[in-house]
Amino acid sequence: MDEHRSSIELRLPSRLGFEKVAMNTAASVANLMGFSSERIEDLKTAVAEACINAMEHGNKFDDTLSVGVILSMGPDTLEVKVLDTGNGPQSHMAAPDIDKKMHEQEEARGMGMFLIESLVDEVEWVSSPPAGSYARMVIRLHPAKQ
Amino acid sequence: MQEKVTQVKMEELQCDSGAPVTVLRFAGDITSASTAAVLGTYQGIPESIKRILLDFSGVDYLNSSGIALIIQMMISASKNGQTIQTFGLKPHFQKVFTMVGITKYTALHPDERTACAAFSA
Repeated sequence: MDEHRSSIELRLPSRLGFEKVAMNTAASVANLMGFSSERIEDLKTAVAEACINAMEHGNKFDDTLSVGVILSMGPDTLEVKVLDTGNGPQSHMAAPDIDKKMHEQEEARGMGMFLIESLVDEVEWVSSPPAGSYARMVIRLHPAKQ
Repeated sequence: MQEKVTQVKMEELQCDSGAPVTVLRFAGDITSASTAAVLGTYQGIPESIKRILLDFSGVDYLNSSGIALIIQMMISASKNGQTIQTFGLKPHFQKVFTMVGITKYTALHPDERTACAAFSA
């Protein structure tokens, strides 16, 4: 594959189910770049969760608003930005506490950001109202060398 | 575009221990659209059944909302004094279940036989 940085852009409706378009596109790109199947599975979950967050919390499931997805390929990194029109997360998401969930002291939902943080090598949430916000995720072919 | 429907089949089993076991065999996607398939099907299990097997062999896609439904089912099972054993999860989803801590409340087994045997362990 060409070592120059190149990118792919998608625009998804803010409708559940379409996150799989981004997820499968990211998986295809990562496969072309030579990522292992385990890392590709990690990326698929992270991209799907970021898109769902953007549809739900960013765009409030407004069908007239799109979720943008930009995949940028570097020599040994794949960066995925997921953009929406919201203000971004208002607080850092704590790790889920399964005991609290099982005792109904914490909502059963709310694990998306935790999974994203756990599954990619780098993640940041950038808020720039009124333009919107984005999640930026990076996976590396050789994480130990970075 | 429709989300892929969750298919679920409920079966009765007799494990080696002889006690009745209900198996829920899931296939397709488990997402926020799976409430009826996950919680609705669970509600159809008589409270007298104390052993439940979850078979995820046919599940292709499971997201955090789907995992939340599984947790809600586990909360109800816990209140009803039911034990849940799980098998058939793909390696990536085993990793995700472990990350969120679900493995503290249900063991993940490689196959149905091992999961069944765990009820009498």
